[in-house]
Amino acid sequence: MLVSEMKPDEEILDMLEMVHSIYLVGCNGCAEVCKTGGAKAVAAYRKFLETQDKEVSGICNVDFLCNNVLTGTRLVREIEPIDRSEAILVFSCGVGVQVVGAVVDKPVFPAANTISMGGHFGLWPGAEKCAQCGNCVLGYTGGICPVTGCAKSLVNGQCGGTTRGGDCEVEKGRPCAWLQIYERLKTIDRLDLYRRILAPQDKSKLMPGVKQRKTLYWAIDQDVKRKE
Amino acid sequence: MSVSQLQHKLENRSFVVTGETGPPKGTNMNQCLHRAENHLKGRCDAVNVTDNQSAIMRTGSLATCRLFMDRDMEPVFQMVCRDRNAIALQSDILSAYALGIRNVLALTGDHQALGDHPQASGVFDLDSVSLLKALCTLESGRDISGNVLDGAPKFCKGAVVTPGAEPVEPQIIKMEKKVEAGAQFFQTQAVYDIKQFETFMKRVEKFNVPVLAGQVILKSAGMARFLNANVSGINVPEHLISKLEKDKEAAKSGQTGARICADFVKEAKAMCQGVHLMTLGWDHLVPDIFEMADLG
Ligand code: SF4
Ligand code: SF4
Repeated sequence: MLVSEMKPDEEILDMLEMVHSIYLVGCNGCAEVCKTGGAKAVAAYRKFLETQDKEVSGICNVDFLCNNVLTGTRLVREIEPIDRSEAILVFSCGVGVQVVGAVVDKPVFPAANTISMGGHFGLWPGAEKCAQCGNCVLGYTGGICPVTGCAKSLVNGQCGGTTRGGDCEVEKGRPCAWLQIYERLKTIDRLDLYRRILAPQDKSKLMPGVKQRKTLYWAIDQDVKRKE
Repeated sequence: MSVSQLQHKLENRSFVVTGETGPPKGTNMNQCLHRAENHLKGRCDAVNVTDNQSAIMRTGSLATCRLFMDRDMEPVFQMVCRDRNAIALQSDILSAYALGIRNVLALTGDHQALGDHPQASGVFDLDSVSLLKALCTLESGRDISGNVLDGAPKFCKGAVVTPGAEPVEPQIIKMEKKVEAGAQFFQTQAVYDIKQFETFMKRVEKFNVPVLAGQVILKSAGMARFLNANVSGINVPEHLISKLEKDKEAAKSGQTGARICADFVKEAKAMCQGVHLMTLGWDHLVPDIFEMADLG
């Protein structure tokens, strides 16, 4: 099971600084277990946002947001309230946020930091999308992950190595993630997010703490070791 | 108060010329030092020393910078974020200051896959923007974790930009971030298309920060075509390629390349604050370029 934790309220409000009406998308999968998703957690956050003068235009909870096909068909039914919103706040792991970003042309913001995938890498087939960096920056990058997408995991923009065809300097056929992020932010008219200087990734978050590792299998493993 | 000759000249708005040297792969420093002493010393205002350029392992930039100073040449210490974590980068910045180095150029660095140690890990704890910020933080008397330093450094801090990138907007946004993070001057990727450079300079005028136009001396028409096809942001116009093609002997001896470079410099004088000459081993052409371009 995947482990995520809520971002601090200040960070979420900072990301949503220029946004008034927000649509909320929650995940009923792993995120519900971590209390970063699921109907209860999302409803509670709606209340909080409303105390902060934000308008919540709707909520949708999807079973396993990381399943891009399912999420796509589910969100189609929500087009009207989503259209009315300026942004979407997603309560899930990094994969779920990226799925929403890929199916909707709206700025997406992560409500949580993904700390560990615990062996579960999401149901979006064919891509390694989240490296569990513990400090999710998808809110500043148009929902495209630079930690997994950029060969250097840069968080402050394109390096000088992109080829003429838009590939990464490392390999032909591998698109430069930062060029994609630029195009995406331009499309959703949020290049101001590109201008933000982000702090270096906190690498201490790469190692989940003991409490956050307490998945079922981890617990059984520990139990076996104790008995030995 | 300027901390270096380079900064002094930049602040006085005089036209600046910087050179560039790559340390050797090995311990034999003679050639690298002699070349710089014979051709760059007394001409270039400062000489960049590259940091494991193209991810090829070599003698370090820090030590080579100090050797340049021992020979009365002012170095620009290039630092890439690929090989050192946040601790080692800050430590080397303090070391550089202790050794008397006063100019630093902050770069992200080529990916290790491009060099001769693709099996090595790439660190990138910091990037060019956060490295500039780290330099400012150290100057304020603290490290990036907030601990107080016993003595703070002070540098003239530079960064790079690619005027010929397509699209150029992300480059300009990143340049703006670098200015905000503390960059005091910019060196550019090699530029040959003077019109394109002029347009770029107009767009970045508002940042009010000195720009040194990068020049790589063209050695042949083949090299120019290779750069056009493979190096992002480099556009050698067709009329320059035909110049190189016309007289193969002159191209081979470097005369054509030096002439192209000097012509560019003459025009660029009115547009920017200086030039950065990347000679790729052809330092001996620098005196000719100085003469042809009427550089002081
Ligand atoms: S930035 Fe990328 S790697 Fe980090 S949590 Fe978000 S999706 Fe995962
Ligand atoms: S070319 Fe693009 S994806 Fe590759 S390292 Fe540079 S910014 Fe990252």
